[in-house]
Amino acid sequence: MTYLAKPKLHHPTLPKNKLGYTRRDYEGKVSTLCAGCGHDSISAALIQAFWELDVEPHRVAKLSGIGCSSKTPDYFLGNSHGFNTVHGRMPSVLTGANLANRDLIYLGVSGDGDSASIGLGQFAHVMRRGVNMTYILENNGVYGLTKGQFSATADMGSKSKRGQVNTDSAVDTISLALIMGASFVARSFSGDKAQLVPLIKAAIAHQGAAFIDVISPCVAFNNHPGSTKSYDYIREHNEAVNRLDFWPSREAITIDYSEGGLIEVPQHDGSILKLRKLDADYDPRDRIVALEHVARAAEKGEVLTGLLYVHAEAQDLHAHLNTYAVPLNKLGEKELCPGAGVLEKINAALR
Amino acid sequence: MKRIEAVNDFVVKFANINGSGSASANELFAKSFLRMGIPVSPRNIFPSNIQGLPTWYEVRVTERGWLGRRGGVDLMVAMNPQTWNQDVKEIEPGGYLFYDDTRPLPSSKFRPDIHVIGMPLTEMCNAHYTDARERQLFKNIIYVGALAAMIGIEPGVIAELIGEQYKGKEKLLKPNVNAFQMGYHYAQEKLKDALGLKARRADAVGDKIFIDGNSAAALGCVYGGASVCAWYPITPSSSLAEAFQRYCSRLRVDKETGRNKFAIVQAEDELASIGIVVGAGWNGARAFTATSGPGVSLMTEFIGLAYFAEIPATIINVQRGGPSTGMPTRTQQADVISCAYASHGDTKHVLLFPEDPRECFEFAAQALDLADRLQTPVFVMTDLDIGMNQRLCKPFEWDDARRYDRGKVMTADELEAGKDFGRYLDVDGDGIPYRTYPGTHPKRGAYFTRGTTKNAYAAYSEAGPDYVYNVQRLLKKFETAKTLVPKALLTASKEPARFGAIYYGSTSPAMAEALEALAAKGIFVNALRVRAFPFQDEIFDFVQSHSKVFVIEQNRDAQLKTLLVNDAGINPVSLISVLHYDGTPITARFITEEISQIVTALNVRPIKKDKAA
Ligand SMILES: Cc1ncc(C[n+]2csc(CCOP(=O)(O)OP(=O)(O)O)c2C)c(N)n1
Ligand code: SF4
Ligand SMILES: [Mg+2]
Repeated sequence: MTYLAKPKLHHPTLPKNKLGYTRRDYEGKVSTLCAGCGHDSISAALIQAFWELDVEPHRVAKLSGIGCSSKTPDYFLGNSHGFNTVHGRMPSVLTGANLANRDLIYLGVSGDGDSASIGLGQFAHVMRRGVNMTYILENNGVYGLTKGQFSATADMGSKSKRGQVNTDSAVDTISLALIMGASFVARSFSGDKAQLVPLIKAAIAHQGAAFIDVISPCVAFNNHPGSTKSYDYIREHNEAVNRLDFWPSREAITIDYSEGGLIEVPQHDGSILKLRKLDADYDPRDRIVALEHVARAAEKGEVLTGLLYVHAEAQDLHAHLNTYAVPLNKLGEKELCPGAGVLEKINAALR
Repeated sequence: MKRIEAVNDFVVKFANINGSGSASANELFAKSFLRMGIPVSPRNIFPSNIQGLPTWYEVRVTERGWLGRRGGVDLMVAMNPQTWNQDVKEIEPGGYLFYDDTRPLPSSKFRPDIHVIGMPLTEMCNAHYTDARERQLFKNIIYVGALAAMIGIEPGVIAELIGEQYKGKEKLLKPNVNAFQMGYHYAQEKLKDALGLKARRADAVGDKIFIDGNSAAALGCVYGGASVCAWYPITPSSSLAEAFQRYCSRLRVDKETGRNKFAIVQAEDELASIGIVVGAGWNGARAFTATSGPGVSLMTEFIGLAYFAEIPATIINVQRGGPSTGMPTRTQQADVISCAYASHGDTKHVLLFPEDPRECFEFAAQALDLADRLQTPVFVMTDLDIGMNQRLCKPFEWDDARRYDRGKVMTADELEAGKDFGRYLDVDGDGIPYRTYPGTHPKRGAYFTRGTTKNAYAAYSEAGPDYVYNVQRLLKKFETAKTLVPKALLTASKEPARFGAIYYGSTSPAMAEALEALAAKGIFVNALRVRAFPFQDEIFDFVQSHSKVFVIEQNRDAQLKTLLVNDAGINPVSLISVLHYDGTPITARFITEEISQIVTALNVRPIKKDKAA
């Protein structure tokens, strides 16, 4: 829980974007996540991206599933409508919302349990359909909200806080999105603001299914036996009392590294995450190349970050369905009802 | 031997093989009566199969206009050797068996108390056609020709129907007409007086239309302003979504731009279809899904969310026998409870019960209004019997002055003017709060939609009083729903009656006929057709004013009765269930017999015509 209350009044010197809004205008309620949770860093990046893009906050619709990650839409863009839907089914609700009004910007926020476990089917199908949206998966490899069970993105061999070893292989959401037809696919790290903010901006600008998998460490539940001393201590304490009642308060991990570079990021649990930023001359226009890059990096135990694939002229679901330019939710009787005269003809043909 | 003689009042049943092209020929046969002014009521009895399994088509010819299934068969057109024994058994004593006698059958294959009419159909086809497909297809038309001659269907009527069917496809028209004439002439010559069942031109059809309930409901969705449809194929509902697609391509494409004023998504499953509907409803478009029982089961989590988060959604449930590997091609009214109380937590939902295609049209359009007005899921509870069979019904009507009821939606101007917006606040005392569409106003009216952890202003709250306020308001809203849903309709007995009967949905035509049959026996019954849930007080009063009330249903567990007891506070002692649930549509004969037996058992002397009970 972030206890710092936000000052009510806007500081007169806060910078404004083209619409005259300060970053504050893109904030939401005070976060209730654990201090240092990667998800909060992603919310901050979203605020920054929307502010920089000069998007009118109320023209965004935020939809999420269930989980710590899915709670976050309440913590940014307070003047946008938000919808905390059901676990793993945000994609379908977003699809329906998008069909109803093609003029808004759609942001989907999900977790790895939400998207890769219970919601794997909807995740795959929303990409196939090319729904015009920015889909952010806040990937921590665990179920945060239900307290530390494995999700389907947990690495094989990793150990949960309760000591179980994961024997299932991990779902790679990036490869899946690529195969399913997402037209913008990127991966980043919650603490890498320099990389994440531009990626989010590009995803919002993209007119098709844009997917960003953001690795987002969970300070509470990513625990391995080989973790730092204090963490071990906490684990032992929790085991001794046989309940999870003591939470470490931590700083969010932040990083900054150059294109093409490799960075080893120590996680809260003491493990090392190896992030490899794509080279500056990487060409993201080839889907097959992207798939191969991801697979090769995985073989080396590295996680590739950056914009892996973009198809700039992608068509979205509205193009596929050839829908009317005016949003469907603005159409009334005049446009939708064929009227009594036509009905008479229909009756006549049924005799 | 007895010989059934009847004019404009008999049942013909066709036993065919699925996928043999018999469906269109049989429909031609049924429609020819309508063109002669004689009502018919046809029913498909078909397997869950595309090709090869037995399928039946039953046509009740009924000048009186009884559109329920009668039960019993006067003429069996036995074209399927697989089901021969069973088909022969079904014929009423003195009835007729029509069959292909190209290969003669031993007399043990027949019954002594029926009249057998043979015609060498295969032989005739083999003589006239070389192509195997043509031999099969035209065999069907040839028997229609023969039946027309024997029954006295005017050949001009059939020619006209064939002409309409093959309009613009002249290459097909001629051979069909020829095949028809081949059969017609053969029977005129050789089978002139073989049948005692006759058609005589009448004037009992009037301006009625002939359509299946699924198409009618789809058209209702077009007229009612649905612009988003998401669905997943499941018998018997698939043809509804397909009909919506068909009507939309005709009626909803913008002339200038060629673009669609609708969006239809065949989703990956029912979870996604209802998710799409909920998303579209949340965002202010009218949306619906069509499904059947197993689909509703998958949708229940979302239905709960839509109930608590107050999001309009229209769900058309074309009921069938459950479960998923159950009787997908048989009819039942067995999802009443599962829909009325669908989902976790304290939930209940509005249900509408159409009786025929005309009400499928009306209720589908009305459901879209109700969903918006009440901000909640609304079910249209049709079934296979109405949905997948063509039924004669009153023509569709639409008043061009009618406006869609979009419910309580706060506009940008109202927000700008400073109107108080509490998403879950009961400002009008009817339990219905105001909502805003996403994107309405830059600074006001936005809120975060979630289940129940909220206060009246949609802020996060787990406080008990907030929860209670909210769910009590939902109850009040359900009370309001009573004033908006279609009222129950009374058919008063001609004589004062101490018995009542409650029925709903596709039971209607059988009930109407049963009431007349019962009255003829001196059993007088006031009948109330329930058209919606929640129940209005009139239903309670109806039960109160009768000593016993029969509740006629097409399910095993007396589901509507359970709802009446549970939700309308009706004393179960006053209710007697009459239940039909073998998967075939309920018949007047069944209702009449059941009620007569119960009345006798109750030791109530049948009432003489001139005496009131
Ligand atoms: C149908 C259903 N089953 C189970 C749950 C319980 N549940 C809530 S959140 C969650 C896991 C969330 O994990 P993830 O999506 O990774 O989000 P995180 O909390 O890690 O951000 C589960 C299983 C639920 N809400 N709904
Ligand atoms: S449990 Fe993990 S994911 Fe949830 S708020 Fe805490 S740190 Fe974040
Ligand atoms: Mg997670």
